[in-house]
Amino acid sequence: MGATLEIRNLHAQVEETEMPILRGVNLTIKQGEIHAMMGPNGSGKSTLANVIAGNPLYEVTDGEILLDGENILDMGADERSRAGVFLAFQYPVTIPGVTLANFLRHAVNARLKAEDPESKGIAIPQFVRMLREKMNMLGIDNSFAGRYLNEGFSGGEKKRAEVLQMATLEPKFAVLDETDSGLDIDALRIVAEGVEKLTGPEMGSLIITHYQRMLNHVKPHFVHVMLNGQIVESGGPELALQLEENGYDWLREKYGAPEPAAD
Amino acid sequence: MSEMDFVQSEKELTQEESALRDVRGDYDELYGFHDDDVQYKYVSEPGLDEKKVREISKMKNEPEWMTDLRVKAYHEFLEKPTPQWGGELNEIDYDSIYYYMRASDKAERDWDEVPPEIKDTFDRLGIPEAEAKYLQGVSAQYDSESVYHNIQADLEAKGVIFLDMDSGLREHPELVKEHFGTVIPSNDNKFSALNTSVWSGGSFIYVPPGVHVEMPLQAYFRINTQNMGQFERTLIIVDKDAYVHYVEGCTAPTYSSDSLHSAVVEIIVKEGGRCRYTTIQNWSNNVYNLVTKRAVCEKNATMEWVDGNLGSRLTMKYPAVILNGEGAHGEVLSIAFAGKGQHQDAGAKITHNAPNTTSQIISKSIGKDGGRGSYRGLLKIAEGADNCKSNVVCDALLLDDISRSDTYPTIEIDAKNVTMGHEASVSKIGEDQLFYLMSRGLSEDEANAMIVNGFLEPLVKELPMEYALEMNRLIQIQLEGSIG
Repeated sequence: MGATLEIRNLHAQVEETEMPILRGVNLTIKQGEIHAMMGPNGSGKSTLANVIAGNPLYEVTDGEILLDGENILDMGADERSRAGVFLAFQYPVTIPGVTLANFLRHAVNARLKAEDPESKGIAIPQFVRMLREKMNMLGIDNSFAGRYLNEGFSGGEKKRAEVLQMATLEPKFAVLDETDSGLDIDALRIVAEGVEKLTGPEMGSLIITHYQRMLNHVKPHFVHVMLNGQIVESGGPELALQLEENGYDWLREKYGAPEPAAD
Repeated sequence: MSEMDFVQSEKELTQEESALRDVRGDYDELYGFHDDDVQYKYVSEPGLDEKKVREISKMKNEPEWMTDLRVKAYHEFLEKPTPQWGGELNEIDYDSIYYYMRASDKAERDWDEVPPEIKDTFDRLGIPEAEAKYLQGVSAQYDSESVYHNIQADLEAKGVIFLDMDSGLREHPELVKEHFGTVIPSNDNKFSALNTSVWSGGSFIYVPPGVHVEMPLQAYFRINTQNMGQFERTLIIVDKDAYVHYVEGCTAPTYSSDSLHSAVVEIIVKEGGRCRYTTIQNWSNNVYNLVTKRAVCEKNATMEWVDGNLGSRLTMKYPAVILNGEGAHGEVLSIAFAGKGQHQDAGAKITHNAPNTTSQIISKSIGKDGGRGSYRGLLKIAEGADNCKSNVVCDALLLDDISRSDTYPTIEIDAKNVTMGHEASVSKIGEDQLFYLMSRGLSEDEANAMIVNGFLEPLVKELPMEYALEMNRLIQIQLEGSIG
């Protein structure tokens, strides 16, 4: 019996400016499914990713997000994570002085302690073995684990670090926020292959992307298009190809959406 | 490559894990307790006058030159005005302070000879256990006097001297007389004058030429009595090409009225020698900590101060290095944590008196719950001290909007071809950083602690493992905000 992440009529705005961004998003993702979310800049894709993960910069004004029927909107970002939700960041922040390995071990322990308050956490040799396996699987050099979190990482390294975190935490649902952005072809291939290895019957994923090229590696079951804070079109992999070829203008015309403001 | 790096990160993990796991309870429970049943052998009445100064000297059977020096210093203390440029010192009530209290007859070499209730205190603080595991010598001071002092026999055989200062004066009068007060004269400042007049305890260390003391020597300073004044005096002489690492720790019971800790530490590092002096200051929040520390370096000598200030009500301490010989190097690494009601006015002073000398100051301060951290630094490059290099970095991290950080750097350069860098930054924990860490399952407290530990990591990794653990643990306690 797989888990379900269900987003119902979700409305959200930027907490500070009260500018509405999401205007009634509906989406259901089952464990094992791969969903791609496409759409022009400013359509609300990243906001959706952040709202799912519980970023306090955004305020939900209506609707709900249910994880196996339970509303997670009252949970903090940490609780959601421990419940099995993961966000691969578009712009991962730097945490000086904290090694990737150290950080991940605490994250693993936070999960173990949430399940069992008496838990002493994962034994270090066991953790090191596990992390090493994940790094080998993703083709990541072992020295990576000893580096400070995202400090001096190239664009590709940052994204690979996100994928490594995802591999270590084994979420039920992963949202990948433009994990393919800012990468050259080789880096994209490496990251996409990593994502491909992690998708499977145990994980549902929502891949936010501008481009078809990510989807050449990770074949989506469903493709959605977001426009002006709503999902306006859903279909199979062919929809992504169609967008690649024709752009978004036909959808704007169809749904009467305004031209996006210049970035 | 990777294998090695990975092993290192495993080591870091171990530290961090123990640091987080060991933290239970608060300062009062761990350090803030006091013994009521200690039988003091001698207690001087509160307050100070010349008669008391002479009495302390007489009781210690000191040579006349020391008595005279004490009396001279006492008058200098009276004459010098209270400094108004740093922390708030005007509330110190000198008349209510006990200037001398002795709890045992002498410094023992066997813990079993130490009065049991005092030994219990040090057991509770983990000192004998640490000594057995990773120290080559330990000194334990309780209020005014050392109650325990021991050094491993093999070091003694090599001619290393590690004694409490009183025994040092008795057993090596010429060596002490030659150096005592030469680095920090009694009239250097009001508190060095006070210390010189009433000093008691502290360490006397001599390392002969070429001798490397592999494991640290440690002194632990414990205040037990309310309104206590502790005035230890330390003199370290590192001879040519010798090396020693000296570590000091300190704690006190939590009382509602204030205690005063005013130490003087003088260090002489001769040609090619190296001395590292690590302090983990963890006084309770009713202690004024006013300490003068200074080292002189001869040619190619190195002095490193590693200074962690976590406790006290007010700390004013600026470890100094005077680089007198060509090629000498001075370094100050300073960590300060200022919590509720605390002011850490810390920093460093480095004087380049010779050409081709180098120095580095790294200061990191953290403010929380309205605490105040100040960096006060003096970097002086004297005329003729050409081709010197110096680098100063001071960073502050504030955990809330009510804490405060100030930087007061002073730089005087009178030489040619000087390379110098100065960077200062104040940052706050970013909401984006918290969200990032929390999105991986860490609670807000854990995320904060992780960012703080990361901020301090460049300094903590300079500490030997055991002290790094201790430092992480103490910071964790501070973060939990349980110190009253």
